[in-house]
Amino acid sequence: MQVTITINGVEQSRDVEPRMLLVHFIRDELGMRGTHWGCDTSNCGACTVTVDGDTVKSCTMLAVQANGKAVGTVEGLAQGGELDPVQKGFMECHGLQCGYCTPGMMLQARWMLDHNPHPTEEEIREGISGNICRCTGYKNIVAAIQYAAENPATSEVPA
Amino acid sequence: MQTPAPVDYAKATSIADALAKLQAHGEEARVVAGGHSLLPMMKLRLARPDALIDINDIPELVGIKVVGSEIVVGAMTRHREILSSDILSEHYPIFREAERVIADPIVRNRGTIGGSMCQADPAADMSAVGSALRGNAVVVGPSGTRTVPLREFHQGPYETVVQYGEILTELRYPIRPGAGSAYEKVERRAGDWGVATAGVFVVVSGGVVTDCGIGLAAVGADHYCSPQGEASLMGKEPTEDNLRAAAAATAASCSPNADQRGPVDYKVHLAEELTLRALRRAVRSSQGA
Ligand SMILES: Cc1cc2nc3c(=O)[nH]c(=O)nc-3n(C[C@H](O)[C@H](O)[C@H](O)COP(=O)(O)OP(=O)(O)OC[C@H]3O[C@@H](n4cnc5c(N)ncnc54)[C@H](O)[C@@H]3O)c2cc1C
Ligand code: FES
Ligand code: FES
Repeated sequence: MQVTITINGVEQSRDVEPRMLLVHFIRDELGMRGTHWGCDTSNCGACTVTVDGDTVKSCTMLAVQANGKAVGTVEGLAQGGELDPVQKGFMECHGLQCGYCTPGMMLQARWMLDHNPHPTEEEIREGISGNICRCTGYKNIVAAIQYAAENPATSEVPA
Repeated sequence: MQTPAPVDYAKATSIADALAKLQAHGEEARVVAGGHSLLPMMKLRLARPDALIDINDIPELVGIKVVGSEIVVGAMTRHREILSSDILSEHYPIFREAERVIADPIVRNRGTIGGSMCQADPAADMSAVGSALRGNAVVVGPSGTRTVPLREFHQGPYETVVQYGEILTELRYPIRPGAGSAYEKVERRAGDWGVATAGVFVVVSGGVVTDCGIGLAAVGADHYCSPQGEASLMGKEPTEDNLRAAAAATAASCSPNADQRGPVDYKVHLAEELTLRALRRAVRSSQGA
C-alpha cells in the first residue's frame, strides 16, 4: 500500500505492507535510526515519536495509520542548527548513560513541556512514566527536564 | 521481533463507511481504534484478523458533551481527553481519578474508551467506571441502532454483545445531581493494570443513601459491579459501620483468580478496602464536605 508520511517536515512516500509497524518504517524503510526500538510491547517508550503533534509509541501503530500525517522524531528536535532546550538539558545535567531511552525520553519531555511549561517534579515523573530507563535512576533525567523548563529557547515566550 | 501477520487495511471516513467496509471484508475483519490492545494481540497471534477497518479520524465518534440529562462520550475519545474533560470532572470525578492511573501519558494519547470497553479486559478501569455509573452503550450495525446497559455489555472476559459487523459508537452516563464519586486502584508499578480496583458513586439525601453504584475491575466481579454491595447500602445512613458492611458485602460478591498480580485472598482484601475508601470519599463529596 502506498503511504506518504511527512517526517520532520519532509514528505516520504513508500509502498509498504499494511502490517508494517511505524517504528520499522522509520528505522528500516527510511534508515533513520534515532528512533529506538526496545520492548516491542508498548511498555518502554524507546520508540516514542510524535504523530500530528502528540506522542505515540511507534511500535504500537501501523505505518499505514500514519498515512497523510506529520511524524516527528529525535532527528527533528534541533531547529536551525540549535539544539532543543531539552537536548541541552540532557547534556548539561548528564541525563543519559547508555542512551537507549534518550530519544523517546526527550520527545516525551518536549511534548510535556509544550503542554505544561513549568511542571513540578511530580508532574515530570508522571509525564515520563511511560518511558523506562535502566541506567540513570531518573534523577538526572528529571533534572534535565527541569533545566529545559528553566532555559526555554529564546523563541519560546516565557510565561 | 514481533510483527503482525499479513492483514488488509482500509480507512473508514464515517460510521456508515465503517459499517460498509466491515460488511465488504467479512467476518474476519476487525475495527482498529487506538490499537493498543489489538496490535499487541496481533503480534502475539492471539488475534488474527484478515482486515483492519481503521476508525481513527471519524469525527462523529469523538467528543464529550451533555445531551439532556446524560453525558455522551464518543467511542473514539482518547483516554487523555477523558482525563482532562471539565464536563466529566464536574459531574463525575471518578473518570479523572481512574484515567490518571490508566497506563501512561503516551498510551493515553492513543488508547480510546470504546476500544477499552470492547476489549473487555477483566482489569479494564473504564469498564468498572461504566458499570458503577450504570451507563449505556450505543451499538450500530447493519440492522440499526441499539442501546445496551453497560451492566449487560460484557458477556465474559474479552467478550461483549458487539457482533461482527457492528461498532460501538458512544457511551452514555446519566447525570445525578448531588452525586459524589471516587476511584481507587492498587497497581504493582506506575502504569500497570490494577491488582484490584473499585469505583463508586453515592447520592446522600436527607441523611440517607438514596442512590449508589459500585464498580470493580480485576477482582472477578460479574459485569464489573456488585449489586450485593449496593443493596447493603441503599436507604441507610452513610455511617462508617454501614460503609464497612457494604464493602464487606461487595468483597463477598467477588471471585478473583490468582495470577502474577496476586493471590485470591489478597485481591478479596483489596476489593473490600478499596471499596470502603472510595465509598468514604464519595459520601463526603455528596454531602458537600
Ligand atoms: C502498556 C499498556 C498499559 C495499559 N494499562 C491499562 C490500565 O492500567 N488500565 C486499563 O483499563 N487499560 C490499560 N491499557 C489498555 C488501554 O486502555 C487500551 O487503550 C484499551 O484496552 C484498548 O483501547 P484501544 O483504543 O487501543 O483499542 P484497540 O486495541 O484498537 O481495540 C481493542 C478491541 O476492541 C475492538 N474495538 C475497538 N473500538 C471499537 C468500536 N468502537 N466498536 C467495536 N469494536 C471496537 C477492536 O476491534 C479490538 O478487538 C493499557 C495498554 C497498554 C499498551
Ligand atoms: S519499543 Fe515501543 S514501547 Fe518499547
Ligand atoms: S540511559 Fe540507558 S536506558 Fe536510559
